[in-house]
Amino acid sequence: MAVPQTLDTLDVGAIRKDFPILKRETQEGVQLVYLDSAASSQKPEQVIHAMSRFYETEYSNVHRGIHTLAEEATAAFESARDRVAEFVGAESSRQIVFTRNATEAINLVANSWGRANLGEGDLVLLTQMEHHSNIVPWQMMASELGFKIEYAPMTDDQRIDLAEYGALLERQPKLVGFTQMSNVLGTINPVAEMAEMAHAAGAVVLVDGAQSVPHMVVNVADLDIDFLAFSAHKLCGPSGIGALYGRRELLEEMPPFMGGGEMIKRVQFDAFVAAELPSKFEAGTPPIAQAIGFGAAVDYLSKLGMPAIRQHEQEMIERALEQLEEVPGVRVYGPAAEHKGGVAAFTLADTHPHDVAQILDRRGIAVRAGHHCAMPLHEKLGLPATTRASFYLYNTPEEIDSLIEGLYAVREVFA
Amino acid sequence: MDDLYREQIIDRYKNPQMRGNLDPHDYSYEDDNPLCGDRIRMDLRVDGSGRVTEAAFSGEGCAISQASADLLTEKVVGMSLDEVKSYTKDELIEMLGIDLGPVRLKCALLSLKVLKAGVYGLDELEEELAAL
Ligand SMILES: Cc1ncc(COP(=O)(O)O)c(C=O)c1O
Repeated sequence: MAVPQTLDTLDVGAIRKDFPILKRETQEGVQLVYLDSAASSQKPEQVIHAMSRFYETEYSNVHRGIHTLAEEATAAFESARDRVAEFVGAESSRQIVFTRNATEAINLVANSWGRANLGEGDLVLLTQMEHHSNIVPWQMMASELGFKIEYAPMTDDQRIDLAEYGALLERQPKLVGFTQMSNVLGTINPVAEMAEMAHAAGAVVLVDGAQSVPHMVVNVADLDIDFLAFSAHKLCGPSGIGALYGRRELLEEMPPFMGGGEMIKRVQFDAFVAAELPSKFEAGTPPIAQAIGFGAAVDYLSKLGMPAIRQHEQEMIERALEQLEEVPGVRVYGPAAEHKGGVAAFTLADTHPHDVAQILDRRGIAVRAGHHCAMPLHEKLGLPATTRASFYLYNTPEEIDSLIEGLYAVREVFA
Repeated sequence: MDDLYREQIIDRYKNPQMRGNLDPHDYSYEDDNPLCGDRIRMDLRVDGSGRVTEAAFSGEGCAISQASADLLTEKVVGMSLDEVKSYTKDELIEMLGIDLGPVRLKCALLSLKVLKAGVYGLDELEEELAAL
């Protein structure tokens, strides 16, 4: 495929060369068109090599070691934490807890902060556009602790309804949890404003940054939020690692989540003393090489510049929406491009999303079909499933053209 | 253009032969696959000797699930309940004539699951159904 002119300040042609997998064909003569980065992004050589280099030259378990490799591995591991902290604007690296993924980060808050702070008569406020990972942990704790959950509704164009949100805040939820960007609708929520409103109502604010941190500048200090959960695998890093940022006072007061090695200062047969932050929340051997990859991924993104990445995706989604809307029978969900990240969930007449995705796959185009782990949202939309195309820094306008051609092919099969 | 969407599948999807409900019926069962929103109900009428005399299906979902249900519903008419019980997923796949990956296989086999659970109950077929 011809590498397109750059749309903006990102040199997409050069970026594509960093991602070995983008060269592959899905069948002979069929070039991969990867439009599924919202599920998980591809990895640049810089990340892959950082991890293999680490395994080849520095690998050892971290912490507590006296030998050279243990010291080097620990330094590399902690340096990764420093860069992740800096990437999201955390004051201190101690406020970054490595987890398996965003889901585990949210579960950590629900279990640890939840158990210490929630009970009968309390309210947790979420929104209707949450991913299952920011619903189910709360439902699980609610059935145990007896608190209630409310969901802030959306406007007709599928943005958060701030008036309704404000009204729900009057019921004084103890915690407000919402995604910064919907993985289905693409809606980007006004986090700073929502956090300010929630704080004014006395709530703690948890932001699901799984979709936002990979795609835009997310600064916890500017946004003034209390918790931020995100995953490395969606931001060019490896799977198996994510992070929880937490406000220091909150993290310090919270009890440990899981018990084991690493999270203790001292253990006796009848008691233990928890370690300092962030070790308190990192029981057991951590994902060490994954942390190295996580660090390399944020370095990679920072070097390109998050504003440029966001700009590229903004141009991609504008273009995609324009072209999609011209395909007869296509209906795109979510707000106008200006309120959206690079995600387009759509239906094509009454063709089932699985059939759409399958025919696109035959043309090398990887999209996702289903409920995208947001069943309540799909129920709200009155749909069992949608087809979702999502864009990242390596996607080109030509790939949108391929998607559109593919949709015409689907129409032909089902004409 | 696309071997998965062979004429037979698309044709059965667009022009199903066996769509409908039977009321009254001797057997009826409905199940869904929440992952993709495929839903199928199958109704059977059976004569005194345990032979299926009439069958119909209803539901919604992808082309594979619906075409599979239509073909299976047609196939089942005239079969004895014992034959229904011994009808295998491989026979169904062969009848569909397409090569399916694991995810789409679930779509194709939903109708068989509904049929067997309807006739024999979920418990008796637990193991076989778990494999579907
Ligand atoms: C909005 C949102 N939140 C949370 C998650 C969960 O991420 P992970 O599966 O990496 O924990 C996802 C991933 O799909 C997501 O899109």
